[in-house]
Amino acid sequence: MSIPHTLLLLLAAFGAVFVQAAFPLGRMLFGAQIDLLPSLVVYAALSGGVSAMCLVSIWGGLLFDSLSANPLGTSLPPLLLAGTVILLNRELILRDQTFAQAVLGVCSNAVFGVFSLLILLHLGTRPTLGWGTVWELLVTALGGGVLSPLTFQLFGWLERHLTHGVVVQTSFRNDREIRRGRG
Amino acid sequence: MLKRPHYIALGLAALLTLMVLNLPARATERLKLAIGSIFVPLFGLTSTAQQLPSSVGNLLITRKELLRQNEVLRIENQQLKLQEARAENIERENARLRQIVGWQHQRGWKMKLGRVILREPANWWRSVQIDLGAREGISNNLPVITIDGFLVGRTASVGLTRCQVLLVGDPNCRVSARVENEARDTGVIGPAGPLEREFVELGYLSRNAILKPGQDIVTSGLGGIFPKDVPVGKIVDSHQIDFGFQTLARVRLGANLNSLEEVWVLLEK
Repeated sequence: MSIPHTLLLLLAAFGAVFVQAAFPLGRMLFGAQIDLLPSLVVYAALSGGVSAMCLVSIWGGLLFDSLSANPLGTSLPPLLLAGTVILLNRELILRDQTFAQAVLGVCSNAVFGVFSLLILLHLGTRPTLGWGTVWELLVTALGGGVLSPLTFQLFGWLERHLTHGVVVQTSFRNDREIRRGRG
Repeated sequence: MLKRPHYIALGLAALLTLMVLNLPARATERLKLAIGSIFVPLFGLTSTAQQLPSSVGNLLITRKELLRQNEVLRIENQQLKLQEARAENIERENARLRQIVGWQHQRGWKMKLGRVILREPANWWRSVQIDLGAREGISNNLPVITIDGFLVGRTASVGLTRCQVLLVGDPNCRVSARVENEARDTGVIGPAGPLEREFVELGYLSRNAILKPGQDIVTSGLGGIFPKDVPVGKIVDSHQIDFGFQTLARVRLGANLNSLEEVWVLLEK
């Protein structure tokens, strides 16, 4: 993955955290805010390499925790875990299929939610928990399932419009033309 | 399969994560504020976006309507001026009587208006960020109320230009509160549940507490952070818990925490 592409991903992580904190649309509509970072990590893990995935997870996680009441670093292990599992199986994943992207979005969001809560409990903090937490995790996971394919489409569109297209070369060459006939 | 450098990169990321998680509390707090300050240039964008619907609405108001509103506000302003003068007289009289009886002076508060710029991105906490910070004299554990005077929460994690407000109902913002009944029962306000954002639970109430729906809940002044008699909300229902040893009441908050835009931070005079 090129440096501009990685920078674009980091910028997207910054924007995603800001949008999540500034516009609580998911909370108003469904009672739970939908996380945008796990979908980005899915994209980084499938389209980029290890470095892109690690950078997006660390940068995004730190930004997320800085605006949240989470202890700093809480979001890093869940994001890294989701990204690493995808990286280890990336050769088996049909990354261009919308269904595969959606399933990965659901799984990564669910992992992010559950592991963040486990880490918070392990750190001795007392987050608001109850039966409503199941609903929150469900909404977050399903939201991730919708957002993940959209992330792929957005970055695909950006890539098509911001980078040079691959030039398709034909095997025909003028200087190698075989002349047939009697002359 | 991944190559060796990839495993090294993953190991380094894991190491960094462990280091961040094990930093001392003070260092974590500073680092958190430093990282959060990256968003400062975007704070203006948030407030602009929040004001946009009302700005568009203002363009559509007719001159006649504006004149009518102006007249209503003028009358209200005169009434408030009269009330203020009367309140000042009462305050002076109160201070004089306190001096005569030898009671301690009540703590005075001055107020600073703050604008809500960001909300909590995680689902399991209740907090907002406001545009007041150490530069405006804000420090940790200052009470925050709505424009109408209802309790919002307390300040925490104060940066130079912004601070976090832990809202009532957050597990880290417990408030000692009193029921406005004859017995003046006191309890502690805590979170009600993940999806019940407009409710809180008033626990540790006496098992003999006589609670009725609609009774007012105000701060008790105990605990040292929140001043006395700040309205919190009204009782919705109550039931006995812990085998009938204590009563738990569900309270509907007076402040609409989901649509907070401006808040007052109370600073000690």
